[in-house]
Amino acid sequence: MSATDKTALTHPLTHSIAPDRAPLDFAGYQSVGGYTGLKKVLAGIAPTEVQAQVKEANLRGRGGAGFPTGVKWSFVPMGEDAPPLKYIVCNADEMEPGTFKDRLLMEAAPHQLVEGMIVSGYAIGASTGYIFLRGEYVLAARHLRAAIAEAREAGYIGNNIGGSGWDFDLHVHTGAGRYICGEETALLNSLEGRRANPRAKPPFPQVAGLWGRPTVVNNVETICNVPHIIAHGADWFRGLSQGKSEDGGTKLYGVSGKVKHPGVWELPIGSSGREILELAGGMKDGYQLKAWLPGGASTDFLLPEHLDVPMDYGSIGKAGSRLGTGLMTVLDDQASLLGTLVNLEIFFARESCGWCTPCRDGLPWTVKILQALESGEGEPGDIEMLESMTSDLWMGKTFCAHAPGAMEPLQSAIKFFRPEFEAGIRAAGRSDHGRGDSDVRAA
Amino acid sequence: MSTADTNVVKLADLPKPQDFRLSETEREDILHEISQYPEARAASIEALKIAQRRLGWVPDAAIAEVATLLGVSTAELDGVATFYNLIYRQPVGRHVITICDSVACYLTGYEATRDALIETLGIQPGQTTADGRFTLLPICCLGACDHGPVLMIGEDTHLDVTPDTVPAMLEAYE
Ligand code: SF4
Ligand code: FES
Repeated sequence: MSATDKTALTHPLTHSIAPDRAPLDFAGYQSVGGYTGLKKVLAGIAPTEVQAQVKEANLRGRGGAGFPTGVKWSFVPMGEDAPPLKYIVCNADEMEPGTFKDRLLMEAAPHQLVEGMIVSGYAIGASTGYIFLRGEYVLAARHLRAAIAEAREAGYIGNNIGGSGWDFDLHVHTGAGRYICGEETALLNSLEGRRANPRAKPPFPQVAGLWGRPTVVNNVETICNVPHIIAHGADWFRGLSQGKSEDGGTKLYGVSGKVKHPGVWELPIGSSGREILELAGGMKDGYQLKAWLPGGASTDFLLPEHLDVPMDYGSIGKAGSRLGTGLMTVLDDQASLLGTLVNLEIFFARESCGWCTPCRDGLPWTVKILQALESGEGEPGDIEMLESMTSDLWMGKTFCAHAPGAMEPLQSAIKFFRPEFEAGIRAAGRSDHGRGDSDVRAA
Repeated sequence: MSTADTNVVKLADLPKPQDFRLSETEREDILHEISQYPEARAASIEALKIAQRRLGWVPDAAIAEVATLLGVSTAELDGVATFYNLIYRQPVGRHVITICDSVACYLTGYEATRDALIETLGIQPGQTTADGRFTLLPICCLGACDHGPVLMIGEDTHLDVTPDTVPAMLEAYE
């Protein structure tokens, strides 16, 4: 597909992105329809009406969990009795291994996120917005700050925006790296200048979030969709999925791993893994597809036979995984399955925030067993132990979803590839030299 | 470059300044950051990054000074400093190389690139070259998985790095 085939009506998120990713400035963004959504809002749509349109559009959160955005917003206290200070926070801490979509949106279309933040802030009556950006995204920080300065100059950030009587400020807050910062409540702790340990829920952030005030946290791609919904309407947005899904909109999909042309594309939500793989030119010569993670390290593996499942929240869920961030990571037939799992679990062990014991101690233990199996030094009972881990580190038994996320690729790998685990168990009769203390933190 | 032990320096053995003081500009920058938030503590990470600018890492004396500016205890601020990947509490080289070791880069061969770095620099991950030029560290997914293996040198992101491209890439960093 060439860039010229894209229009604001078919590819709302990426139509303004040039092939070289050079971002448009304020005037350039306006010339391709930018700030139309915001202007419409300021011309007299009430905040709760903006919420209603987003709800109507069936926009589900694009950060991984897929919660309906309009519903999330509707928990924020509104009206005369609402607290005077409320916050809108953009989760731009993209760090899920295998995920590379928000970087594109922020580097190449910074004004789109800025407009989205202003409209979303308006919808919940926020006084301030923060874009919580991972520290490594240096270019995105520069482009976003420039876009914010231009929007401020144009009167879209500041006091009495567009004569609406509404004041709104917007900041880029850069982090310093830890995967757990992407967890909604850990992100709030980090933004407040604390260690990024998750907080207990309830209270939910929409009621008591940043500095105890009502706060909404939304992913970059989610927020970028909002101005388009307002500009073109909820029906148009729902229709973008072209009947491929009950969910609304397009989705940024992509592939990494041993494929011919890895990359990211905007497609109707509900497009299939096969369509995405075809855009990537298929597997590299000499490699076969063995399994794939549909949306990042914390999703269950699927098999080649699942390639025709629509990539939306419900269908991928029924197939036994999660859509996650929608960026496929393909496992080829020449990669080591156990090696890949060791890699995934080292990541989760290293990035555990350390708050609760099952996760802090359980993940390094998982790594140790997997490393033993990988080197053919596993012991009878290891697979059963890993299986019990997948239930002991599951939802409700750890403080947040980090450890359960770590168990998703593991449980699916045991389900689909058990013989490879069995092959890692030391043959009976060989001497037992013990496992030693390998350092799971070493890469 | 050889991989002889003489080329390796332990971070902990590098000299640490006892008399570090924030400069006037650094203090002002930190106070400016504090003014951006309803609570001073929220500027912790930005303040630590400012304190880190001069040496590339944050010495004890800076932790104490920044903690006072933020109105938190030294222990609390150190708890924050040690929690995050990009704040260094030990001396590092002039250029920190962070190489992505997450799944997509694993599947596209980051280990060969890492080994080429180990070979060329003569250090292991976590170590600094004796001339203080480079420190090598692993990092999580850098969000450019379609161009793995990926690494950063300072603020520069390098895509599609292979063992062959390693030596020329390093030359640009004095
Ligand atoms: S599950 Fe892991 S990341 Fe989540 S709170 Fe517990 S220790 Fe922290
Ligand atoms: S896995 Fe290396 S950049 Fe994403």
